[in-house]
Amino acid sequence: MLRDSWLIFRRDFSLSMRNPAWIMIGIMQPVLYLVLFGPLMERVVANTPGFPPGSSWAILTPALVIQLALFGSSFAGFGLLAEFRSGVVERLRVTPASRVALLLGKVLNNALQTMMQAILIIVLAFLVFDLDAPFGGILLSLLIVGLTSVALASASYALALTIKNEQAFPALLNAVLLPLLLLSGILLPITTGLAPDWLYTISRINPFTHIVDAERASFRGDVTMDALFTGCVVLLVLTVLTVFWGARTFRKENA
Amino acid sequence: MIRARGLARRFTARGRTVDAVKGVDIDVAEGELVGFLGPNGAGKTTTLRMLTTLLRPTAGEATIGGCDLRKDPLGVRKRIGYVAQGGGTHPECRVGEEIELQGRLYGLSKAGALRRGAELTEQLDLAGLDHRLTKTLSGGQRRRLDIALGLIHEPKLVFFDEPTTGLDPQSRANLWEHIRRLRAEQGVTLFLTTHYLDEADSLCDRILVIDNGEIVAEGTPDSLKASVSGDGVVIGVAEDSAPAAAEIAGRLDGAHEVTVTEDLVRFRVPRGDTAMPELLRALDAAGIPMRSMQVQRPTLDDVFLTLTGRTLRDAETAPAGEVAHVA
Repeated sequence: MLRDSWLIFRRDFSLSMRNPAWIMIGIMQPVLYLVLFGPLMERVVANTPGFPPGSSWAILTPALVIQLALFGSSFAGFGLLAEFRSGVVERLRVTPASRVALLLGKVLNNALQTMMQAILIIVLAFLVFDLDAPFGGILLSLLIVGLTSVALASASYALALTIKNEQAFPALLNAVLLPLLLLSGILLPITTGLAPDWLYTISRINPFTHIVDAERASFRGDVTMDALFTGCVVLLVLTVLTVFWGARTFRKENA
Repeated sequence: MIRARGLARRFTARGRTVDAVKGVDIDVAEGELVGFLGPNGAGKTTTLRMLTTLLRPTAGEATIGGCDLRKDPLGVRKRIGYVAQGGGTHPECRVGEEIELQGRLYGLSKAGALRRGAELTEQLDLAGLDHRLTKTLSGGQRRRLDIALGLIHEPKLVFFDEPTTGLDPQSRANLWEHIRRLRAEQGVTLFLTTHYLDEADSLCDRILVIDNGEIVAEGTPDSLKASVSGDGVVIGVAEDSAPAAAEIAGRLDGAHEVTVTEDLVRFRVPRGDTAMPELLRALDAAGIPMRSMQVQRPTLDDVFLTLTGRTLRDAETAPAGEVAHVA
């Protein structure tokens, strides 16, 4: 299974690297947020009570990195639909290759792409803006981003193979992603001081709120924080569930 | 090589159930080249997908290359090659990469995959294309690449789904040649689906005719043709003597389906070539001059018509069982 995963990963990776422009296009949005929205945050953070500690950049950058994983990986299934239409999926499924490997190889490439993009954004925030974060924390945050990407890409592949419809798939994704994004406090942390009770409660149900919190905590280098622990547990559970779902979908209908 | 009993598949979509394949029995011996003929939507692809482990049968059982389809799908996958209808190459991948990946997924080493790939590209006239993106290949080249991918692990049994659909006549003839060589030179057992009668006719040792999910006939192309309708004969005479000519034709041994339209008399006899001299003498004796004559060997289209009451082309436009192509 490891060998097959590696083979699929290598193929997808070299395909991704054939068009490096997409990596750049993928980080345009977070970069624009950094440049055009980040400066606004400085005052807001300074004047709003109840925000997590740290500078505005240490609040915004980790959130943008999670947003990147959220959007980049969720659409992974779109590429799978194209492969499905061109018969590639079928051709690979008729080989003795492990079904789980067909999924894992792809997912690992998605995670790696997202982590590479995350590094670019973090470096930019360091060099151009006033981001200050410990090295160990950054490494941990990259791991969190990678796992988030694994979870989302697996779910995306499972969903794509289930609905098999190029029109319905992005429509459904947008319908799901926007509330997930708004309720995770990516741009403005949803805190008790800022949000009405009901909004705060809903945001706590959203697993991505905890993941964003954990990402912010790791940027602060605060490994003892309750947020980091909760977020990691939520993320691990989410990853196991979605990979299981993805693997089941890849295996489905086979003899 | 293939032994299937009562293989069936039912699809359920939005509360509607469709029996795409209704329990087929298939036997294919080693070294045979068997065609699976039927209109689109008859259940060919569904059957093929079941035999190649891509789709779970809802009933029945099968042994493929000695492995049980349900208990040992992995064993089946290792032993068969499958060339899908639409192919299976990634448009942005290079030819060489696709071949290497395929070989390695079948367990070959990198060197082994490259060696085998070189052999296949040579055999299939794909040499020198290693660095081309598959999307830049011609239709015929791409189909031959699909075949190379299906043969990379030297399977003894290969399934082709509509191998020549969408190809120009020249590429088609060329592909037939490759398929024949596979069997002749390497003893590969081949099972192919087609909705082209001429393809089944010229390529296959044996044909299974499927319609509406059931096998309605089976035999060699010649026996199928002979069993049904005999040769079709059309003779032209003066319009006023046509009824008399029809009566004479009807007296020929085994003549049937005699019809008259204006100055043409049509009928069928088991052997058109031997019946003709006799007919000529009889018409001569009755003083009816014959203006034209045409003898047509029966085609598989006639077979299909006799078996199902529809021509293959009619069947294609009929809506029945179309859901069978749910991918």
